[in-house]
Amino acid sequence: MSSSSTLIKFFVNSIEMAAEAEPRELLVDFLRHRLGLTGTHVGCAHGACGACTVLIDGRPTRSCLTFAIQAEGCEIQTVEGLGCGGELSPLQEEFRNHHALQCGFCTPGMLMSACALLNENPDPSEDDIRHALAGNLCRCTGYTNIVRAVAETARRLKSERGE
Amino acid sequence: MRPPIFSYFAPNAVSDVVRLLAEYGADARVLAGGQSLVPIMNLRIIRPAALIDLNRCAGLTYIEKRGDYIAIGAMTRQLDASRSAVTNEYCPIVAQALEKTGPFAVRSRATVGGTIAHADRVAELPAVAVALNAVMVVEGIQGSREIPACDFFLGDLTTSIAPGEFLREVRFPVCEPGSFSKFSEVSVRQEGVAVVGLAVYLENEDGVVTKIAISAMGVGSTPVRLHNAEASLQGNYLSPSTIEAVANLASAEVNPMADPYASAAYRKYVVASMLRTSLQEAAKGELK
Repeated sequence: MSSSSTLIKFFVNSIEMAAEAEPRELLVDFLRHRLGLTGTHVGCAHGACGACTVLIDGRPTRSCLTFAIQAEGCEIQTVEGLGCGGELSPLQEEFRNHHALQCGFCTPGMLMSACALLNENPDPSEDDIRHALAGNLCRCTGYTNIVRAVAETARRLKSERGE
Repeated sequence: MRPPIFSYFAPNAVSDVVRLLAEYGADARVLAGGQSLVPIMNLRIIRPAALIDLNRCAGLTYIEKRGDYIAIGAMTRQLDASRSAVTNEYCPIVAQALEKTGPFAVRSRATVGGTIAHADRVAELPAVAVALNAVMVVEGIQGSREIPACDFFLGDLTTSIAPGEFLREVRFPVCEPGSFSKFSEVSVRQEGVAVVGLAVYLENEDGVVTKIAISAMGVGSTPVRLHNAEASLQGNYLSPSTIEAVANLASAEVNPMADPYASAAYRKYVVASMLRTSLQEAAKGELK
């Protein structure tokens, strides 16, 4: 309740953690500098580009517009939580298969927005995918391959579920 | 990039919020979803000494129908309000506007109270509030006040919320069954910042317009009601010639600014175009 550092407790990729944060510390800086989770990128730092998107309690959120101190008790999912034991997740694999990234700067945010979409809507239309990714800017790909990668992931997960 | 040092408070009760606001006055800012406030703090455009975070405060998240209005708690997320059955049934234009406020990651965090209190000139919900004459309920140490939308928006990022007060609830009048509502906007890119927007609400009896409200955003520092256009529709049928005349009247009635996104002439053109399309839709659908 002041301007000095406070101990906060939260979950990151299902692991319980505790760390000190200054009130003015943005969640994205906290993830990168205090926790060493540098997969989440800082793009514009004012909410315009979407590169810093993480999931807070399942919802996609700009981590540059959230203070770390607000994450007390929350479940945060970052790009580091997508793969497992060095293996890529199906979504990440399809990004690779479809050449859905070039420089890769926007990719962590794209993946987390796409992940939130597929969690909520396992069978999205192309329009649904484009809406879900509208807040994530990419200056390399022209988006076409990103949309294809997400659509293919949905198809693949559907067939893996035997639907 | 990070904001300058501030004192942070996350009160659990409205009584603590107003006590802190009384203590810090104009040096405090209230933090809701943070989608407008945090960018300008990061850019150091504003430097509040104290930040009072409403995200842990009980009793500010709800959508309820109460008689002839729906009450939305200030901390209700825009995404939740736009998907709410209550909003869609009783105030569909609120849901329509909240679908356009930004990308998913913004709407899932941004709040109904936040966008109203921030009062950006191209924010969607203030335009709807002005069209429907919504009532803003603000709370301070002295108690609460109800402010109609026509007295609430004073200018760019400026409202009649006084230092020591915060926006607690927004009340939107219920749209009549069979009424027509349409929120339209033009933006630089889909789900990006809007350039011009228009809220149209219309009631009719046997095809004759009995109630009409039109407000435009992005044509001045606050949303504006288009009184001349409204007056010319009242009591008339929505014939093609009436629609054309009203669209031209609306265009003549606004006195928009030019900025890097659009010229003043374009904004006038778009106001006419959006009104024409809305009224044609009303004539085709609701006013058979």
